[in-house]
Amino acid sequence: MKMPEPDATVLARRREIARALNAIVPGEGVIADRDELAVYESDGLTAYRQRPMVAVLPETVEQVSRILAYCNAEGIKVVPRGAGTSLSGGALPLADGVLLCMARFNRILDIDFANRCVVAQPGVTNLGITKAVESEGFYYAPDPSSQIACTIGGNVAENSGGVHCLKYGLTTNNLLGLEMVLIDGTVVRLGGRHLDAGGYDLLGLMTGSEGLLGVITEVTVRILQAPETARALLLGFPTNEAGGNCVAAIIGAGIIPGGMEMMDRAAIHAAEDFVQAGYPLDVESLLIVELDGPEAEVDDLIARISAIAANCGAVTSRASESEEERLKFWAGRKAAFPAVGRISPDYYCMDGTIPRHRLPEVLKRMAEMSARYGLRVANVFHAGDGNLHPLILYDANNPGELENAEAFGAEILRLCVEVGGVLTGEHGVGVEKRDLMGTMFSEADLAQQQRVKCAFDPDSLLNPGKMFPVLHRCAELGRMHISRGQIPFPDLPRF
Amino acid sequence: MTGIFRPENAAQVVEAVAWAAAEEEPLEVLGRASKRAFGRPVQAGHGLELSGLAGITLYEAEELVLSARAGTPIAEIEAALAEKNQELAFEPPDLGPLLGGEAGAGSIGGVLACNLAGPRRIKAGAARDHFLGVSAVSGRGEAFKSGGRVVKNVTGYDLCKLMAGSYGTLAAMTDVTVKVLPAAEKTRTVLLLGLDDGKALAAMTRALGSAHEVSGAAHLPAALAADSEVSYVREAGGAVTALRVEGTGPSVEYRCAALRRELAELGESEELHDRNSAVFWQEVRDVRPFVTRPERLVWRVSVPPQAGPAVAGALAQGQDALAYYDWGGGLLWLALPPSKDGGHVGLRAALSDCGGHATLVRGPETLRAAVPVFQPQDPAMAALTRRVKDGFDPRRVLNPGRMVAGL
Repeated sequence: MKMPEPDATVLARRREIARALNAIVPGEGVIADRDELAVYESDGLTAYRQRPMVAVLPETVEQVSRILAYCNAEGIKVVPRGAGTSLSGGALPLADGVLLCMARFNRILDIDFANRCVVAQPGVTNLGITKAVESEGFYYAPDPSSQIACTIGGNVAENSGGVHCLKYGLTTNNLLGLEMVLIDGTVVRLGGRHLDAGGYDLLGLMTGSEGLLGVITEVTVRILQAPETARALLLGFPTNEAGGNCVAAIIGAGIIPGGMEMMDRAAIHAAEDFVQAGYPLDVESLLIVELDGPEAEVDDLIARISAIAANCGAVTSRASESEEERLKFWAGRKAAFPAVGRISPDYYCMDGTIPRHRLPEVLKRMAEMSARYGLRVANVFHAGDGNLHPLILYDANNPGELENAEAFGAEILRLCVEVGGVLTGEHGVGVEKRDLMGTMFSEADLAQQQRVKCAFDPDSLLNPGKMFPVLHRCAELGRMHISRGQIPFPDLPRF
Repeated sequence: MTGIFRPENAAQVVEAVAWAAAEEEPLEVLGRASKRAFGRPVQAGHGLELSGLAGITLYEAEELVLSARAGTPIAEIEAALAEKNQELAFEPPDLGPLLGGEAGAGSIGGVLACNLAGPRRIKAGAARDHFLGVSAVSGRGEAFKSGGRVVKNVTGYDLCKLMAGSYGTLAAMTDVTVKVLPAAEKTRTVLLLGLDDGKALAAMTRALGSAHEVSGAAHLPAALAADSEVSYVREAGGAVTALRVEGTGPSVEYRCAALRRELAELGESEELHDRNSAVFWQEVRDVRPFVTRPERLVWRVSVPPQAGPAVAGALAQGQDALAYYDWGGGLLWLALPPSKDGGHVGLRAALSDCGGHATLVRGPETLRAAVPVFQPQDPAMAALTRRVKDGFDPRRVLNPGRMVAGL
């Protein structure tokens, strides 16, 4: 992975830059010691490591504004960071960049039950929001699996999902407002406690923009009352086709479950060995379907889905009869990543999305690739929305195996695009999928995206080297090649 | 306007916009022109009407996805979805009659470009939340795409969000993909009768803060309830507060009963079943109470739900204002008598404390040219907006002035 060439003149000014930042954020708020910077050298994508030039931990919006204005004036790159749980290298530091850590922005500013929203600083954890409102029966719906650690600011930057997003939406669907600071230090507010703020939907644009457009300093999210009950169904199928058909039949019957997760044989066995969730070991495909709502609804849907599953050839069909049993069904799925970590020294988690009906074909071709690369793969799958998480098993201590795993992963993602899907469903492009963007987007598509970047950050100082494979200068992107000519298609009906 | 281009494919849209950019000839971008009277009037020598780009190109019900050419009639899409018991969950309003035109005349592109949403907005989101993929032609005359045809995707910037609510000022959309969802098996509406605005807000807040997944929460004062086609509403003899519950049979019955029980202290309640519910919520969605009062200016005001009655109260001071609430108090539909400034000064002053935005949805062309139709932005946001526009349409050829003068 090639990152932008470090700027020697900036590197030479490292001490002066640290001093200038210290003038903005006094005391412990600036870290310039090489050893102390080690904790920041990677995020959740640990294959890539880079110590930042300097890290700064501001506490106020004014400090963020002054830091950005200073970096902008001095031409210094900035990488924003929440909890550093990104799985795509979104918070990977730059050798000549300032790492802007938002960890000290960790307060909930307002809980507004009447307007059903929470205003929080960006460093509050995802679960922290639910914890703050659960006494009144409320919760924050998006639940990425890192929710204990990941921050709400990072969730906005990555448009995080979770197992319940088919029914309750992603971050973007649950976000009401933002305050953010632009690279020139300008503070802007988007949205608020009302819906669909007027003007261009910059709130929607910011969500999933991976720290390339602005630094988030405040987040307003909507909260929901938790469902009265939840039950889960555990369904086993003799083939992946049968499991896939069952998912299609459930949705075809007009049912959108609260969660619908699928695991393949390798993932089932790894999970069962690890946590003894009671999964059947003689099936190729396992579905966990969760229904939530009032008891009358949940019981009715459990019966209907059981019948659909039987029709689709389910060989295992069990409905949870208690909360303990429901959690046990989930325990295996939730432990799938560490379970795979137990059977392999390292694993690499992919994140493509495909049109769901192409699943059997994609799994078959993935098995062929697995044989060809000589690397095992286990699959967990957000079945309702087609978001695939293949886990490639490898050993980084074997020379060349990481590169081999990455090549395998890239081939899986190209396959996802080939069948009509996308490179990333919820983990983001970051550095990981940056160089694959061309498989999904044309030069013109990427140029238009970068013109949006130019509107926010004309010198490309915010998180450069992420998302876009080639960085073009804004002046070059803005140029228009005009050829004056005849009025178009004169034979077309116009009146 | 000297002429209207009616391209029949995306290549012809590129050709038309590239010509406009080269000649610096502004284009008025239209889908099927049903909402032409919405927004500021556009000064353009030519029109670019996308009605020739019509037809559903992909519909996979079990994948919850539909793609169509941008000019496809929304009615055609809704009919195709209905055959599979599905729908656009954001419940797009049909503003045609409100704007003095026909019903059912809009296009999917127009619905998305205006980011419309009906009463279900509070539960299911707006058009933006269902907009998965787009192909469009920028004001540079260049075709580009964003998003995809799967419901979960974070690959690159979400330009669909930018297209939604941009009123054709950034790009001319040629193809769109939307998320579709199963239609509810059963719908019921709990009606609470005779509540004043404050009590109605309290009732809606309790209902929306419950676990009963209320998918519509509206309040009509007596004068407007009396115009409903639904007899229970029309003959209520007072204000009507409505709470919609949708889903499977047993679930809807349970939640309806629970709501009536929990809100019993507020007085008597009624219940509308499927058919009456459909009629009632369509009236709320399409602003029917103001269709029959064509002389009035109509404002759409989005505020924090708890601020709804206070904003309405401030506006009613000393003038003949009519108002009703949707979105649990967060959406205020307001009808004012004609005036020179359209009431925009007072309206925007009323929003300064609570936050929110007001849009002039219906008014004479001269008024829409003279007062800010959309909520004015502070200087930082206005500058950012201008730079975003420059990134798509540096020569200002697509719908110039539609949203803001000079943009």
